[in-house]
Amino acid sequence: MGIAKIKKFSLAQFKDYLENYLFILPAVAIFSVFYIYPFYDIFRLSLHDWNGITPFREFVGLANFQEIMRDQNWWGSLWHAGYITLIALTFQNALAFALALACDRDIRMKKFYRVVFYLPPVLSEVVVGLIWQWILQAGTQNGQQIGLLNYFLNFIGLPHLVNDWLSDPKTALTCIAVVHSWKGFGWGFIILLAGLQTIDRQLYEAAKVDGAGSLSVFKNITLPLMIPVIFVVVILTILGSMQVFVLILSMVGQGLVYHTEVPVTRILASMTGTNRFGYACAQGVIFGFILVLVSFSLNKISNKLKQA
Amino acid sequence: MGKRFLLVGGVFSFCLLALVCTRCGKKAEKPANAIMVWHWMTDRNDAFVKLAEKYEKETGVKVNFELYAPSDAYSQKIIAAAQAKVLPDIYGILDKKEIIASFIQSGFVADLTEEFKANNSAWEKSLFPKALSVNKFETDNIYHVKPGIYGVPIDVTNIQMLYNRKLLKKAGIDQPPVNFKEFLTAVQALKAQGITGLVSGWGELWMADCFASNYAFNIMGESRVMATFKGDVPYTDPDWIKVLSIFKDLQNKGALAEGIVTKANKFAEQDFALERAAFAFNGSWCVNVYHDMNPDLEYGAMLPPPINGALPMKIWGGAGSSFVVNNLSAQKALAINFLKWLTAKEQQAFLSTETRNLPANQEALTQIPEILSQFASSMNNTTHPTIWPYNEDALVIEAFDKGIQSIIIGEKTPEQVAQDVQTVKDRQMAKKRSKNKS
Repeated sequence: MGIAKIKKFSLAQFKDYLENYLFILPAVAIFSVFYIYPFYDIFRLSLHDWNGITPFREFVGLANFQEIMRDQNWWGSLWHAGYITLIALTFQNALAFALALACDRDIRMKKFYRVVFYLPPVLSEVVVGLIWQWILQAGTQNGQQIGLLNYFLNFIGLPHLVNDWLSDPKTALTCIAVVHSWKGFGWGFIILLAGLQTIDRQLYEAAKVDGAGSLSVFKNITLPLMIPVIFVVVILTILGSMQVFVLILSMVGQGLVYHTEVPVTRILASMTGTNRFGYACAQGVIFGFILVLVSFSLNKISNKLKQA
Repeated sequence: MGKRFLLVGGVFSFCLLALVCTRCGKKAEKPANAIMVWHWMTDRNDAFVKLAEKYEKETGVKVNFELYAPSDAYSQKIIAAAQAKVLPDIYGILDKKEIIASFIQSGFVADLTEEFKANNSAWEKSLFPKALSVNKFETDNIYHVKPGIYGVPIDVTNIQMLYNRKLLKKAGIDQPPVNFKEFLTAVQALKAQGITGLVSGWGELWMADCFASNYAFNIMGESRVMATFKGDVPYTDPDWIKVLSIFKDLQNKGALAEGIVTKANKFAEQDFALERAAFAFNGSWCVNVYHDMNPDLEYGAMLPPPINGALPMKIWGGAGSSFVVNNLSAQKALAINFLKWLTAKEQQAFLSTETRNLPANQEALTQIPEILSQFASSMNNTTHPTIWPYNEDALVIEAFDKGIQSIIIGEKTPEQVAQDVQTVKDRQMAKKRSKNKS
């Protein structure tokens, strides 16, 4: 009797399992074909010396990884991506948060502002890069500056600030970082605004009744309740900024010496510039590993903060 | 009922996925009387389409031209297609000779030697030898490719200096400079008038590399340049320092357009066409570009002004664009016939007129604009990395080109750059030696 019951249960359970697995099968298959297999193949290629065309691939073990450890241009590119990310985390997100706070209030033309602020992210990176390249370009014609920014600086009586913005190692990367932030703040704005709108208005009203000032309300209500949303924005900003490259290609072409190189442009240079596919794959593996590590760390910090 | 529905749904979605996956790997079937051409030439696409229509009318063979631009993206597409073995019947390889050799050795390119040599080499003789040479692999080539002709040039190009007649006149210069010293003097005169000297798309590193290569040939001669590539002459040699010092001189004299190190060639072309600079360093394709941007531009072409009068000034040139035939294509014969037709006098004259490019067919050289004649007159001075017996390592080229940028922005001296490049060269040579040993 007991055995029969167990058998019946097991069969039902087996059917249940089968059914569940059957449903996740398409997703698992897609994930395996388009994510796991490419990652496996990239890792396999990273252990080879290969020019990307010939069927012959020479196995070199960890030699590509060892070379990356000594490649100063690669580590420099990571530093540059970190700098762009830092500007995005501070300037871009502060701007996004400030504008989201402004649009969360009852102000006139609120919807218009939302649309305007969301415009830069939907523009193509190539278009944005070319437009800003035109704005920042240096050079004169008939004594007039041809770049919009330099023209403006001249116009307002600050000719000493006129600069060759994208060809000066002191300013090129910062210009790229600022343009990247300008293009990206709309994402943060929308997410932060959505987060702000989930905060119960009664909390603000109660604080007002208790005589709390704007700063106190922001510090004690808005900020603590926005922490999970801010973390989402931070993670998205880091992942997006570390992988920036289209903007760089359209603003400074193949780069200003190595001053504007980021990991993706180095990977591209290894792949198409010097035809070292194996080395490029090894760079991709290391870069991917760094990004995964950063995401996990941030996730952990976020969970701890939530618990606190 | 619900469970059954879910079960059927699950099985259905799995089957659908399996079907999609299996279809992904299948090539689209193509009619037997059609050939596919992949190219990157945005300015020539309309002319190609017109020629394809004409060819279909004449022969019944449909030719599909598919455009993939820009050229960088096209190059990547070709490599990806080669890896997946889905190359079209006709395509072009926009890469180093080493990569072209890899395509041939992997069996992706048909050997066209027999076709060129047929009928007493009629096809070969109709084309400019310089244009054909970039598609040739000579006996005992360093890439170990079977000697032969593997590509068909469809036009001819070379890269020279352009000068704006009006701006030179404004600065009181009647004739374009004939040597580097005169060039620097001319630049000073232009500067006094508030006119920028030289503009070029050196944000595309190969263009700066090409400029340096021209002067390397002029200063030290071909044999010593090749000896450097072989590893027998170091980059710290005084001649190479002299080559690198040209960029320092140009920058110190204020000859270079602002932002030249990050300027894409499209923007450099715009600067010259809109008369923002008196000189440009650009290829013969610019004739079409300048005409579109400013049809009234008055300009001429000249060789880069030499430094050393004892050695010739060599410029990069030869085949502008070449097509190869896919050796794995089932339509190989049709593809070859089409390329023969495309490079015949009539079609070449049409392409030349429509796109303002130099034709690859010698007989089609009649009735070309004067500026193109000026470019054509320097064809004897052309050379190209694809015809050199030795090529430099790609990492060394990168270090050299980035070094040029460093000199222009005043970050490094020519001596420092030479040392940096030599360090990379030594490392690559050591790597090659240890590879050969193993």
